[in-house]
Amino acid sequence: MAEELIPIYIMGKKYEVPPSLTIMRAMEWAGYKLIRGAGCRSGFCGACATVYRIKGDYRLRIGLACQTVVEPEMYLAQIPFFPAEKAIYDIEELKPTPEQLFQIYPEILRCLSCGTCTKACPQEIDVMDYMADAMKGDIASVASKSFDCIMCGLCAARCPAEEAQANVALLCRRLYGKYLAPKSQHLWERIEEIGAGKFDEEVAKLKSMGEEELRQRYKERDIEPA
Amino acid sequence: MSYTSEMWKSIRKVEATRQRRLQETHPRMPPRGQEEILKRFHPDYVEGGMRELLVGPNRGDRTPNELADLLEGRSHIDAAAFDLERVDYECDILVIGGGGAGASAALLAQENGAQVILTTKLRFGDANTMMAQGGIQAADKPNDSPVIHYLDVMGGGHFTNVPELVEALVMDAPSVIQWLEDLGCIFDKEPEGTMKTIHGGGTSRKRMHFARDYSGAEIMRTLRDEVRNRQISVLEFAPVVELVMDDKGQVAGAILLNLETGDYSLVKAKTVIMATGGGGRLHYQGFPTTNHYGATADGLVLAYRVGAKLAFMDTMQYHPTGAACPEQILGQLVTEKVRGLGAQLVNVEGEQFVYPLETRDVEASAIIRECVERKKGVVTSTEQQGVWLDSPMIDILKGPGTIQTNLPAMVRQFGRFDIDMTKEPILIYPTLHYQNGGIAIKPDGSTDIPNLYVAGEVAGGVHGRNRLMGNSLLEITVYGRRAGKAAAQRAKEVELGELTLEHLQDWEQQLQEADLEPQIASPLLLPDYTRHTRPVSKVM
Repeated sequence: MAEELIPIYIMGKKYEVPPSLTIMRAMEWAGYKLIRGAGCRSGFCGACATVYRIKGDYRLRIGLACQTVVEPEMYLAQIPFFPAEKAIYDIEELKPTPEQLFQIYPEILRCLSCGTCTKACPQEIDVMDYMADAMKGDIASVASKSFDCIMCGLCAARCPAEEAQANVALLCRRLYGKYLAPKSQHLWERIEEIGAGKFDEEVAKLKSMGEEELRQRYKERDIEPA
Repeated sequence: MSYTSEMWKSIRKVEATRQRRLQETHPRMPPRGQEEILKRFHPDYVEGGMRELLVGPNRGDRTPNELADLLEGRSHIDAAAFDLERVDYECDILVIGGGGAGASAALLAQENGAQVILTTKLRFGDANTMMAQGGIQAADKPNDSPVIHYLDVMGGGHFTNVPELVEALVMDAPSVIQWLEDLGCIFDKEPEGTMKTIHGGGTSRKRMHFARDYSGAEIMRTLRDEVRNRQISVLEFAPVVELVMDDKGQVAGAILLNLETGDYSLVKAKTVIMATGGGGRLHYQGFPTTNHYGATADGLVLAYRVGAKLAFMDTMQYHPTGAACPEQILGQLVTEKVRGLGAQLVNVEGEQFVYPLETRDVEASAIIRECVERKKGVVTSTEQQGVWLDSPMIDILKGPGTIQTNLPAMVRQFGRFDIDMTKEPILIYPTLHYQNGGIAIKPDGSTDIPNLYVAGEVAGGVHGRNRLMGNSLLEITVYGRRAGKAAAQRAKEVELGELTLEHLQDWEQQLQEADLEPQIASPLLLPDYTRHTRPVSKVM
C-alpha cells in the first residue's frame, strides 16, 4: 500500500518522503548519498547526530538520524562532527584523583549547571548530573552515569560553557577501569598458569587429535548449568 | 503502535505459556539433527545464492554472488596513468581500517618501534566493533580453561577451524582482557572483583565477559582514545582503493581515496595490515544486516588482487536474532546476551521450538524452519516474518531491573519505537551478521603475500565455518595485537624495491583470459541506498 508522503526540510530544502522512514532513510530516499552522517546505522556510534525543529515550534529537538522517524514539517540538519577539545594524556602516568581531572580538563569547573547538555543527549543520559559529579571529582560516578554515551558530541555542541562532556566522561571511565575497578584475582592467576605452560600439553594433544576423536570429546564435554 | 492486533493475540499466548515455560528446558539438538537442519534451512545452502569464482587464487571456489562480482571486478585505478613517483605519505606500517583490529594493531605496532599510519573509510571507530553488544570470551574462571575454550571453538566451527589459529585465540584471551583493562576498559564485575560472565550459544562454560550491552563500544572508544593519545597518524574518510606492490613482489603501500574531495594519494609502507572488517552491507540473498555502513568487504577485494588466498568464503554468519519489528530497525542486532540471560524463543502459539543457545548457524536455521516450513512465525504489518524472543522472562528469572541494568541499549532501542521489552516480547528473525571466513592467515597475522598482514573479521580460519558469540571481539584484539607486533618486526628488515601497479595489469589479463568483462569497479566502498527518479547528473 502506498504511503502518503510528508514534507520535510533537509537543511532548509523541501523534500516529500514516506512518513515511516527514519531521518537517515528519508535522506537517502530523497537522493542523498551519505558519507558523513552515517556510521553503524544502529544507534551505537554517534555519527548521525541530528538537530531538528518542527515548523511553528521554536524548540530545538535532537535525535539520531538512524533511530528517529521523520515528522511532517521537520527542519533538520546533521552535525556529523564537532570540534570538541580532546586532551592528550598518558594513562599510565595518571592518578585517579579529582586534581588530575581538573588538571586535564580545567574547563570542567566552568560548568553552569544549565542542563542544556542533558536536553541535548539522544541517549537520555543526565549529562549535567555527571558533570556535577565531575566537578566534585567523583570519577566512579561519572564513569557509571556516562557509560551509555555514544560520543555523538551534541552535548558539546550545545554547551554554553564550551565543555567537551563526552571526553571528560571518557577520561573518567578509563581512570575507573584502570585504577578504581576491583581487581580480578582469577584473571591474574589464569594468566600466570598460561605463562607457566600449564595447558600447553593438553592443547597440543587436542590440536593433533583426529576429527572423530575430537568430535567425541566435544560431545562428551560437560556443560556448566545456566 | 508497532504491534498489530494479530501480533497482540499471539503475545497473549506467549504470556499464557510463560509460567509453564519457566520450568521447561527445550532439548539440545543432536549432532545429526544439526547437520540436517543446516543443509535444509541455512542460507549458505540455498541454491543459487553462491557461484564459483572464475578468476584469481580461489578460482573454482564458491562464494556469495554479490561478493563474487566484486572479487572479479575491475580496479578504480588506471594503472598506466597513476604517478608512483610522487609519494604522499611514507611509513613503516600502514594499518587499513579503524575498527578494533586496526586500533589494536596500530597500538602494538607503535609499541614495537614502528611509525604507523592508520587509514579508515569513515570515521575512526565506525566499525562493527562499536556495535558488538554481547561480550568477549576468555577462559579465566577456575572451572574453565583454554583447553575447554579450544574445544568449544572447534565444535562451534564444525571442526573445520585452523587449529593453530584457535590455539592462539584461546591462549591469548586472558592476557588480552588484562591488556584492555590496563588501558581502562570497564568490565562488569562483582563487588570483590570477580568478572561477571555468562553463556553464549555453544559455550560449555560461562566465559562471556561484558560491559552492559555496550561491550564493543567500550572496547572501541578506549582503543581509539589510546591511539589518539599516542598521537598515531589517523586518516579518516580515506579508504584504500588499491594495494601497491614493489618489483620484488612485496606489498609496499596503498592508494587512498579522499571520499570528500575525490583526490587520490599514495602511501609507501614497509608493511600493510589489513583490518577492514566484513561485508554485511553486500546484503547477500537480500538479507538485512547488523553491520555498519562501510562493511563492504573491501579488504577481500584488495588482497585478492595481489594474490592472497581466501578461506571459508562459502560461509556467512546469520545472527539468529535480528530485529524483525518495527520496520525502521529491521535486521539490527538483538544481542545473544538476551538469550544468555534466560529469554526463550517461542513461536506464534507461544511454544518453544529450539534450545535457545545452540550455535548461531543452527539457531538461525531453526528459526527459518519455524517460519518457512512449519508456518509458525508471526507476521508484521509490513509482511515481515519472525518469532518471539520472550525478553520479560529475564526479570522473572533474575529479578526486576535485570533487563534495564544489563541491556540498556536494547531497552533504549525498542523504547524509541514504543516497545517495552521488559514487559513485552520482541520479534526477531535471522540477519546477516558476520563473515566467518576471509584472507587466510598464520598465527602471527601474516599471509602468503610478503609484507601483508591481516587481522579481524577480514581474516579467515580462526572460526572455521561458524563463529561463536564473543570470539569476534576476542579475535580482533588477539590478532590485531599479533599482526601489529609481527608487522613491526618485519618492517625493521624490509628493503622495498621500485613501486609498481603491475599486478593490476596482470589482473586485467586474468579477467580477459577468463573471458570476463566486468562492468563493476571494486572495492565497493559504500552501499548505495539512494533513490533517484531520473538518471543522476555526471556533474556530481
